Amino acid sequence: MAITNDEVKKIAQLAGLQVTEADIATYADNLSNILNLVGQMDNADTSEVKPMAHPFDNSARLRADVVSEQDQRDALLAIAPETESGLYLVPKVIEE
Amino acid sequence: MHNKTLAEIARDLEAKNYSSVEVTQHFLDRIKNLDAKFNSFITVTADHALAQAQAADAARAEGKAGPLTGVPIAQKDIFCTQGIKTSCGSKMLDNFISPYDATVVKKFNNAGCVMLGKTNMDEFAMGSSNENSFYGPVVNPWQENTVPGGSSGGSAAAVAARLTPGATGTDTGGSIRQPAALCGITGLKPTYGRVSRYGMVAFASSLDQGGPMTQTAEDAALMLNVMAGFDERDSTSLDVDTPDFTATLNKDLKGMTIGLPKEFFDERLSPEMAKQIDAVKNELTKLGINFKEISLQATALSIPAYYIIAPAECSSNLSRFDGVRFGHRCENPKSLKDLYERSRAEGFGTEVKRRIMIGTYALSAGYYDAYYLKALKIRRLIHNDFENAFTEVDAILGPTTPTPAFKIGEKSDDPISLYLSDIYTTAVNLAGLPGISIPCGQINNLPVGCQLIGPRLQEARLLNIAHQLQQHTDWHKQAPQIEAN
Repeated sequence: MAITNDEVKKIAQLAGLQVTEADIATYADNLSNILNLVGQMDNADTSEVKPMAHPFDNSARLRADVVSEQDQRDALLAIAPETESGLYLVPKVIEE
Repeated sequence: MHNKTLAEIARDLEAKNYSSVEVTQHFLDRIKNLDAKFNSFITVTADHALAQAQAADAARAEGKAGPLTGVPIAQKDIFCTQGIKTSCGSKMLDNFISPYDATVVKKFNNAGCVMLGKTNMDEFAMGSSNENSFYGPVVNPWQENTVPGGSSGGSAAAVAARLTPGATGTDTGGSIRQPAALCGITGLKPTYGRVSRYGMVAFASSLDQGGPMTQTAEDAALMLNVMAGFDERDSTSLDVDTPDFTATLNKDLKGMTIGLPKEFFDERLSPEMAKQIDAVKNELTKLGINFKEISLQATALSIPAYYIIAPAECSSNLSRFDGVRFGHRCENPKSLKDLYERSRAEGFGTEVKRRIMIGTYALSAGYYDAYYLKALKIRRLIHNDFENAFTEVDAILGPTTPTPAFKIGEKSDDPISLYLSDIYTTAVNLAGLPGISIPCGQINNLPVGCQLIGPRLQEARLLNIAHQLQQHTDWHKQAPQIEAN
């Protein structure tokens, strides 16, 4: 299974990663090699097997709906790159 | 003083042979004098450590000391520490000061342990050589040009160089056991869910598990006693009783059966490594253990399944690093999309980006069934193999790694060859089982380790076997000659 340069661009876009033109061929090569390795999975017949997402098939535990966390708004905003009036700042999303 | 085990230091503190401040200062001095060579610490927290040591000495004077009060340890830089940088080995978190403590950190604080600092690691725990750290590679104390293994390479090197008597690690596909083997120390990956993941930066959440890295199995038991336990704040924490892991260290091993998976002893195993495992077998036979050949056929596919499941979970977990709420942000973003894409491109290293891309691909429309779902089915087959094996045997023995430590730079251009060095470890994570690596001699003057794998929640049994072996052998006492260099 070979990954093309165009596929690398598409994957990078889905992953929210900027890739430079210079890196695209290397990624295509690396990702193709990894897919060749994982392609060995096709050797196993799994038609009757149920997928296992978690060890011991444990699922998320339920708890009572009570407040367990204290307000840490200031502490959490203090580590953000840019804030104003208690809000996170990002570049404008909706054009005028 | 620095060659003492955690247990010995605990006994010395109890006997008031020296104070926690004295032993803490001793290790801080060693780190200061020696770690420039190894690069095993990202952050040394000297003032914090001495304040904790003073508090520990005061608690002891008041008769309020516990088993590990005043004992120094190091934390892998993946565990969040309130007010102290938690980088996870990444530029992305180079400026990150956690607003809270991980449960594991809180437990060590409550136990009165002293934190010497935060240890180096592969970025976001992705790697098997510790060459993927933003803070530079860690050097194996046994031989200057070799890797310590990874991702908990800083913790392993620091314990091996006697810069700390014990350290925490995390293990997603071998990241505790493999560096422990390559640095000649003991490393335990507990059962998935035994140790809380709260405040441990997530890589692959269904595989990640924290555990102790120490000189001996006894020390691992002491540290696990602090680390283990149910945590409300971790949704996959196991709500089970936590035994005293030191209580059964001296149980008689007579009559126990250990399985030898033929897949671990095939032509891929070097004769040198096979010889070391044979030596372990001989010692365990003398202790009354029987051996039986077993088969773990599906483990042949553990690397392919692992390198889909782990990247898939990583691509999802690492989507939180977006340059908005914490971590690295690029300069002058032109748009929100530019902010995301450039912050992530600048903040993540090559291996992390590679895994995010593979995971994104495996989860994308059209490929999900062929890769992700297929890998989850193979995971079930691997799990079933272990379940079947444990109806016949009490534990499983094999090598931890195919070879001793390799040279720095040897595999850094070839990700696949590095992935293949995990062949004996990833299956254990996929099945969620406990595994321990203990030293079993040397090949070309570099240490190697053997791995014991146990049924779910049977850490005490693994520690029992490892401790008994260490009572009758001295592999774990061999340390690198670093002073002379």
